[in-house]
Amino acid sequence: MHEQQQRQGYLSRGLSRRKWLIVGLIFIGLHFLPWTLAPQYVHILIMIFLFTIMGQGWNILGGYAGQFSFGHALFFGLGAYTSTLMFIHWGLSPWIGMFFSCFIGIMMGLFIGYLSFRYGLTGPFFALIMLAFAEIFHMISISWKAVGAALGLLIPLKGTSFVFMQFIDKKPFYFITLWMMVGSLYLIWRIEKTRMGLYFLAVREDSDAAGALGVNAFRYKMIAMMISAGLTSIGGTIYAQYLLYIDPDITFGVLNSVEIMIRPIIGGPGTVLGPLLGSLVLTPLAEFTRLVFQSYSGVYLMIYGMILVAVIIFLPDGLIGFAKGIINKAQRKVP
Amino acid sequence: MKFTYIVQSLLDGLLLGGVYSLVAVGLTLIFGVMKVINFAHGALMMLGMYSTYWAFALLHIDPYASILITIPLLFIVGVCFQKFLINPIIDAPEHNQLLLTLGVSLFLENLVVFLWSPNYRIVRTPYEFVYFYFGDLSISLLRFLAFCIAMLVALVVYLVLTKTDLGKAIRAATEEPRGALLMGINVRRIYWITFGIGAACAGVSGAAITPFFPVYPTVGGIFVITAFMVVVLGGMGSVIGAFVGGLIIGMADSVGGLFFPGAMKHLISFVIFILILLFRPTGLIGGTK
Repeated sequence: MHEQQQRQGYLSRGLSRRKWLIVGLIFIGLHFLPWTLAPQYVHILIMIFLFTIMGQGWNILGGYAGQFSFGHALFFGLGAYTSTLMFIHWGLSPWIGMFFSCFIGIMMGLFIGYLSFRYGLTGPFFALIMLAFAEIFHMISISWKAVGAALGLLIPLKGTSFVFMQFIDKKPFYFITLWMMVGSLYLIWRIEKTRMGLYFLAVREDSDAAGALGVNAFRYKMIAMMISAGLTSIGGTIYAQYLLYIDPDITFGVLNSVEIMIRPIIGGPGTVLGPLLGSLVLTPLAEFTRLVFQSYSGVYLMIYGMILVAVIIFLPDGLIGFAKGIINKAQRKVP
Repeated sequence: MKFTYIVQSLLDGLLLGGVYSLVAVGLTLIFGVMKVINFAHGALMMLGMYSTYWAFALLHIDPYASILITIPLLFIVGVCFQKFLINPIIDAPEHNQLLLTLGVSLFLENLVVFLWSPNYRIVRTPYEFVYFYFGDLSISLLRFLAFCIAMLVALVVYLVLTKTDLGKAIRAATEEPRGALLMGINVRRIYWITFGIGAACAGVSGAAITPFFPVYPTVGGIFVITAFMVVVLGGMGSVIGAFVGGLIIGMADSVGGLFFPGAMKHLISFVIFILILLFRPTGLIGGTK
């Protein structure tokens, strides 16, 4: 019985009809939420969704393919700056800019991936090289006048306009981020169940052994890098359009890399729902502590640090592993 | 551009590079023995700076004398860090340890923001503007002292590693932990002693630069990234490599400052770092990988 369940878990692509129904109802229910909540709560939900999208981006590379990146702010920043510069200088719609962002993010990802994976850089070395690239772009964006230098870029407000992805109201952003998040969840969920997803896991568990069995580890690391860079860059574009302001620190800064990766790590790396769960816990925490301790803006980072340490020591599989453990225990007790 | 400018900046870089060396010696020692990349190294250094600052501001102790307080203090902090946080997950995958130390660094830095505000604090000494002149070149006394202290401590660490039984045990644990255990070396003890020494190195380097460097909670961030570059350049786990690498990166930063504006001064060292990671990940001297 148990074995059969496991096989179903790996091989079947579908959920049972009842589970689909529940997921569908939740999704539809979420569409009514912004009308019942005050704008500041809608803002928190938008941030939750946005960081889930980017967390999924980190997750596919760090969680599934096992290549821990300490510099995902690099892709975020490239995405934010690309679409913003195109919008400011050429008046290009951010919807189109988003594709260019995605493209440039992917190119950068492939470049770094090609350099590091070819030479077999893994583990801490890969983490550090990502950090170094993010820092280089941080330095460039601080010093280069044409991209606003340290002051950053203010995106000119054109009023509510779908074409320019600018809305005075928060609701449109709620729907954009919600749909994109659901899209990213669906994408990762599908990938997990395919041959490619299994190859990612094989590469993560033992790159050499996977290679010996005929899995082209280099190729699958590159694919993971592409998806990861693309998703994170898209997140950067939406973030820029939502806040209408970017500067080097909030885009390429080390703290932003931490923000992006901490959610999937705490939620449970290498799981579909991990980034969402992590974001559901951490984002409101960050926003509320920012409100409560206004003059001490660092308090939420202190709490992040404590949670990170506690999760690493006590819950190495993240919150989702913890939740699964409880569910399994409960199920075992019932019969 | 005059030739003396370049010589002067190389000299300044060399002096600051000595401090980078000491930070990196602590980092590389910890990596060599435990295979832990200590992201909190900058935070430990920041604690060393604050302990010097508070000893100066509250007790009026000369910043150089307070190094004698900083060493045992940071040693104890390092030992506690290892015993209570690193030790439980010493066998976990490498990235978990990296994340743990990142968490600790986030916690410590923001705890300091919370307690003592993010403001810059400066230690003013009567001898802060003393310079020596050699023709067109000038050397600041404070920077020279920081260099000497860093060199001295690095030399002591090196001598301890090579000449004493403890050092032999540490090197044995670096080379082959299981073999060391079989030879009757208490490897767990070596772990916390090494972490303590590494933390003390970070603390001393913090204390040594406090007289000419502003003290603020995130100050460690600059140094920890630089120290990573130094360690990778010298070879992960190699103490001599860290020593030489620190001097090279210090000079690269300083010369970079001549050619590139403001924040771009680190560009040369970042490029060196990436090239080394790509083409010679074992470093110039060649450490344990």
